[in-house]
Amino acid sequence: MNGTRYWTWHMTAGVVLLFLLGLHMLIMHMVGTAHWFAPYGTEPDSLQNSLFRDGKLFFTVTYILLLGVALYHGLYGLRTILFELTLKPATEKTITAVLLIVGVGLFGLGTWAAVAAHGIALAGARG
Amino acid sequence: MAEIKRYDNRLGIWGWLGGGRWGVERYAYILHRITGLGILFYFLLHIVVTSLRAKGIYLWAGTGFLHQPIFELGEYLVFAAFAYHAFNGIRLVLVELGFAVGKPIEPVYPYKTSLNVQRPLLVCMMILTAVFLAIGGYAALIE
Repeated sequence: MNGTRYWTWHMTAGVVLLFLLGLHMLIMHMVGTAHWFAPYGTEPDSLQNSLFRDGKLFFTVTYILLLGVALYHGLYGLRTILFELTLKPATEKTITAVLLIVGVGLFGLGTWAAVAAHGIALAGARG
Repeated sequence: MAEIKRYDNRLGIWGWLGGGRWGVERYAYILHRITGLGILFYFLLHIVVTSLRAKGIYLWAGTGFLHQPIFELGEYLVFAAFAYHAFNGIRLVLVELGFAVGKPIEPVYPYKTSLNVQRPLLVCMMILTAVFLAIGGYAALIE
């Protein structure tokens, strides 16, 4: 059944997020590890450190991966909660369509930004 | 495709928030959903805010709008929600896959409940959550 398959993907996405978002949290929020990818000063979210990470292909790729996996996990989770209200089939279809449009739209926006920021960071490093 | 039989949601909002006799694990699951919705709300905004960097706008850095104590506090709350959601999520996946729930036994009187068998797993995950909350809180304070 599709529902079972989507739920399995939801759980799998959660496990992947543990690693990707866990790494993100280690870099941004944890004492002792926040300097890993922040060579400029002590603040990992400073402009220079943001540009430093944007210039690394590893971060561009993992940002896009994290974006897609987190959007699926989050929006499917929201859909599951809403569907527990025993909605009419037409309402369920509308909710699915809206969440799909929001998800694809934000994935497109985030992917464009990650790729553009990578280019900006590389151009800045060269120039 | 076969028609799915539908039942009225007679419990209403209690169907979402009520744990009934299902024990503390059920309430941990409800908090899991609440933190999940909070993280999702933040994440959708986070995508838009961080995408602005492609236009040279860094709202979180230096003198940016988001570089204020109130947002630093909000950031810690998101971290706390993530830590809880992640560790409780590990518990939920393990239980869903049949780990830490004990082996099935014959239903012989006096019946034993299987609901408390997974309690040590919940306790372990909550201890790990508390440790990460403390480390993250310390990082936020010295920043």
